[in-house]
Amino acid sequence: MALTGLEIFKLLPKTNCKKCGMPTCLAFAMQLAQKRAKLDDCPDVSEEAKQKLAAAAAPPICLVQFGTGDNQVQAGQETVMFRHEEKFYNPTVLAVTVSDKLAGQELKERIEAINKLQFERIGLHIGVNAIAVTNDSGSADAFATAAAAVKDNSKPPLAIILVSDSPDAVAAAVAKTGESCPLIGKATPDTAQAMAKIAKENKCPLLAAADSIDALAELTEKIKAEGVENMVLSLEGLNLRDQLYHLSKIRTLALKKTFRPLGYPTMSLVPDGDADQQTAYGTSLICKHSSIVVVNTVEPYAFLPMLTARMNVFSDPQKPIQVEPKVYPIGEPDANAPLMFTTNFSLTYYTVESDVEASRVPSYILVVDTEGTSVLTSYSGDKLNEKTVADAMTKFEAENLVKHRKLIIPGYVAVMSGKLEEATGWEIIVGPRESSMIPKFLQEVWK
Amino acid sequence: MPVPEVKESFAGSVNRVTLGATKDSGGTRTSTVTVGGARNVVYGGSIEEAGEKPIIAMDVLDSRPDDWPDALAENYQDVMDSPADWAKKCIEQFGADLICVKFDGIHPDKQDLDAAHAVNVTKEVLKAVGVPLILWSSGNDEKDNQVMPKVSEAAKGENVLIGTVKEDNYKALTAIALADGHHLITHAPLDINIAKQINILVSDMGFPLEKVVTFQATGALGYGIEYAYSIQERQRLAALGGDKMMAMPAICDVGYESWRAKESKLADAPGWGDVKDRGPMWEATTAICLLQAGVDIIRMRHPRAVATVKNFINQIWQ
Repeated sequence: MALTGLEIFKLLPKTNCKKCGMPTCLAFAMQLAQKRAKLDDCPDVSEEAKQKLAAAAAPPICLVQFGTGDNQVQAGQETVMFRHEEKFYNPTVLAVTVSDKLAGQELKERIEAINKLQFERIGLHIGVNAIAVTNDSGSADAFATAAAAVKDNSKPPLAIILVSDSPDAVAAAVAKTGESCPLIGKATPDTAQAMAKIAKENKCPLLAAADSIDALAELTEKIKAEGVENMVLSLEGLNLRDQLYHLSKIRTLALKKTFRPLGYPTMSLVPDGDADQQTAYGTSLICKHSSIVVVNTVEPYAFLPMLTARMNVFSDPQKPIQVEPKVYPIGEPDANAPLMFTTNFSLTYYTVESDVEASRVPSYILVVDTEGTSVLTSYSGDKLNEKTVADAMTKFEAENLVKHRKLIIPGYVAVMSGKLEEATGWEIIVGPRESSMIPKFLQEVWK
Repeated sequence: MPVPEVKESFAGSVNRVTLGATKDSGGTRTSTVTVGGARNVVYGGSIEEAGEKPIIAMDVLDSRPDDWPDALAENYQDVMDSPADWAKKCIEQFGADLICVKFDGIHPDKQDLDAAHAVNVTKEVLKAVGVPLILWSSGNDEKDNQVMPKVSEAAKGENVLIGTVKEDNYKALTAIALADGHHLITHAPLDINIAKQINILVSDMGFPLEKVVTFQATGALGYGIEYAYSIQERQRLAALGGDKMMAMPAICDVGYESWRAKESKLADAPGWGDVKDRGPMWEATTAICLLQAGVDIIRMRHPRAVATVKNFINQIWQ
């Protein structure tokens, strides 16, 4: 929990020496509280005060990273319960299991199936981030072999999670994968000491697992006492409903009560079920506060929606997603195809795009840069006017695309027809107000 | 270190709404459904505060749709010309909790069918199934104002959920729904201020707020669902905060929106999985996401997606 100016003031030397550049210590404290000054600016502050202030400034849910290089993932450091309050920072790490009961060809095929779970959507890359190797065999050798196979065959090389109840098995698997900084576990109250030792030696974050919130809080304190600070929480043996309620409670405790023993990212194993059910469960855990979600399915049709859900829920509510301003050909338009414009607000563009596609009339969509605002908003904000449209037409060489000189404009900005006609010399055709009417418009009015 | 208590208590809750009138209450429904009643955010507090189980209303169109993708249409080929049989199939085979009759066919840009047709469809569906109905307009204000009052009248006494009424077109349908004893859907275009405004407007006409269900408009997964998601979360928080003008249960239109998505329809998409699986999954995931934000009635279309979502609901709202 952030300290107030007065609370900070109490920790300062109170000499009003002005070395920090402020007239008084109180003024400096106020600036610190608003994060406009750094504590280092005070040359006389005590070590004790430094520690207290650093502790208070630490994020309520700490950041845990695992994996290395391009495959490094990060979890935690969330600051709100609801995305509209600010935004969610670290998109849920989506992981797929690889059982160490698999060997040889089966193991290879499983990893290859996971390698395919990378997608392009609206110009962005989305994909699975991690592989959770599970010690279902009970054998340390098999676990280490499977972990090594994952490390060598995963492409792109995904971050690794090693899940076993046995410290020996974890130690054996870390020996094969240690340089890729896996998340390891799971430490239970019984194995906390041994697991913490492996985590510490290999500088890996540790998964702490218990069957209740109370037990988890106790366990993280115990592990912390062993010198491991990077932890991920995992609730075991709960049904989906209890898991979701507990995850909300953990986040509430971390954020609203600054309860440090639960101020860590969380990991959830999706209960068994077919691919459809796993997608449903996984999606709920992505939305409601699991930092890492582990599923069994490797069906691409299950991942595309889960990854899209993650992308949407973790998008910044303050920043509209934009598409690149340019001309988008839909179908295979020729020089007689209709040309229409819309704005670069992604929601507007993709709605128009899907309706133009539905019309089956090959067309050009000219996307005008309106800084990610919709047709009506950009028009009222003067980001969409005859000049911005005419400029876009010139920039993207509309006159070389089509032989005719007709431009279809959104029905909501019919009022700009006259000026636009003057500015461009093109004939302006007013299209429908609602995008859903585009198919009918193109099929019947345009012809 | 003992774990602190985090019990949050809220001043308000989501209204509890019961749809459908059985014989005892002057209708012909064989069952009713109750939604709403949440006293916390989704997964907040304890399960006792979660309110009624969310329910699924399956769409039945008043006339054969010509633009449904194959993966969706193939479930209904045998019943698409008969809304009554279609409704029966949704109830008997697909486990729908409710039927939503969507009057697409009356739209002037579609088949421009008349009020007599709409009244007839309403009566037939009422006869065919015993569950409560939702009766949903075409979206063309002028035509809806001609037709929907007659639809309302045809279902008089049945306590249907009828809509939608919008900020700039609410009077005709609100008045008749009030007279016919129905529940009403208020519709806002993904704008929480307009959502509140339309509730104030119908309330000013004397329509009881406890008989209103809100429709905030729906964005499909990948197509603006984040806006609907945050509006639903904000609506729930407003209700819990005691805002009577925002305390209604929420309905969302998942079926129509998710089947417009490219991901549901595009057959040739290497690496995305079979379109037969992808469409139902897109629809189910859209519904699941909105359930996390807090919705009470979900309009859906594909039986496989319905089964996935029902299974999820049963896991959570036990």
